[in-house]
Amino acid sequence: MIHAKDINEHTPWQDLTPGGEIYEPGTARLFNTGTWRTDTPIFHEEACKHCMLCVPFCPDSAIPVKDGKRLDFDYMHCKGCGVCKEVCPFPAITMVAGGAAR
Amino acid sequence: MSNRLSGNEAVAYAMMQINPDVMGAFPITPSTEIPEYFAQYVANGEVDTEFVTVESEHSSMSVCIAAQAAGARAVNATSSCGLALMYELLYVAASCRLPITLACVNRALSGPININNDHSDSMGARDAGWIQIYAENNQEAYDNFLMAMPIGETPGVRLPVMACMDGFITSHAVENIELLETDVVRKFIGEYNPENYLLKKENPLAVGPYDVSPYYMEHKVQEAEAMKAAKARILEVAAEFEKISGRSYGLFEEYMMEDAELALVLIGSTAGTAKAAIDKLREDGVKAGLVKIRVFRPFPGEELVRALAGTKAVAVMDKSEGFSANGGPLFAETRSALYDLKERPYLINIVYGLGGRDVKTEDIERVFGRLANIAATGETGPLYTHMGQRSKEERA
Repeated sequence: MIHAKDINEHTPWQDLTPGGEIYEPGTARLFNTGTWRTDTPIFHEEACKHCMLCVPFCPDSAIPVKDGKRLDFDYMHCKGCGVCKEVCPFPAITMVAGGAAR
Repeated sequence: MSNRLSGNEAVAYAMMQINPDVMGAFPITPSTEIPEYFAQYVANGEVDTEFVTVESEHSSMSVCIAAQAAGARAVNATSSCGLALMYELLYVAASCRLPITLACVNRALSGPININNDHSDSMGARDAGWIQIYAENNQEAYDNFLMAMPIGETPGVRLPVMACMDGFITSHAVENIELLETDVVRKFIGEYNPENYLLKKENPLAVGPYDVSPYYMEHKVQEAEAMKAAKARILEVAAEFEKISGRSYGLFEEYMMEDAELALVLIGSTAGTAKAAIDKLREDGVKAGLVKIRVFRPFPGEELVRALAGTKAVAVMDKSEGFSANGGPLFAETRSALYDLKERPYLINIVYGLGGRDVKTEDIERVFGRLANIAATGETGPLYTHMGQRSKEERA
């Protein structure tokens, strides 16, 4: 069985799965789509009340939550759409130009 | 067991003997009878197939893709515009490496709209990644359908198979046919046991995910290699089939080719007409022969070169017009295959029989007359011509 974590953009065709089948769930987690970003949200932890409004609005599940608190952005999957900044009732998220993770 | 069946009945009977898990069913002339006869087997409880009636061929092939991905054995039957409506799904089935079996009853593809036979439907799908096997008559239609699954389902192949027969000429004509016993068929086909499938609950599976550029080409190479591997498997399955049926099949059939100087290369029911014409010409001392292509995908290029190596002039007869302005698809393949031969025969292309235009033994004899002239003079004349149409010009 070939696992997604064991194949990458250097894997020869002989070692890929037939037809690109994927034999496990949740493999999108392994795929870096953060490079598509042209704007980047910045998390200001001191202003955050952990109301959790931003979390369900994020279309890419790029805001991790642990023990009832939101953590910094998952920049590997954030596309920089800015929806989180729009729904945040506090000055806890600002957007900056450029795709580089902060 | 001897019987009298039409080509459609023979294929429906083969399906009944196989007892597939799922049939995606949508009618279109001239393949309609296949799901029709099969529905009777379902109604009579002779099979336990899930018979899924849908609203289009796009959906009937989608049903097959989903079923096969789930781990089931899926069959389908269609013709002409129905196959065209499946076009996208044909590629999906092949690239997902799902060995679905499709009975393609060849009919002219619109337009102008026409229900009669030619090969434009399946030839349009020739690059979709499906194995294509063509029948000359009802017996071959039955036999080819039985051989399809053991070929396509082999792990090293894993490709869908299109078992083709000529619409009306084969699908509706009733002929004597030798049927195998159902238990013999089921033993020959065996159980379908894919390693991975959607309903395997121990192991979640994603089928047909989006393929980014760094992976797409590798997957197409896998598919191309599978098609190459299919050739040996087709011959293996034919050898196994001969043991249970006594009937022998290759990638193509050679008729009177041992010493043939003039030869035809063609596909399907016209082979019967050509054999009758060759028998007559042989009586007159003409060294005429025929190569009837059975397997078009994968194309038996190297083998065809060996078969034609001793000939002087060859006419490749295409029952579809590819509008390449450079000859039909069978001509392109044959001519390409012969390129590596040092002493090549003269080669011409004749497009014939479109939309059910009849071809008679006299027409075939005329083609051999033209070949004899080419062999004698070394002058091929026009390489790519049509036969059977009304014209102000003299017939070629």
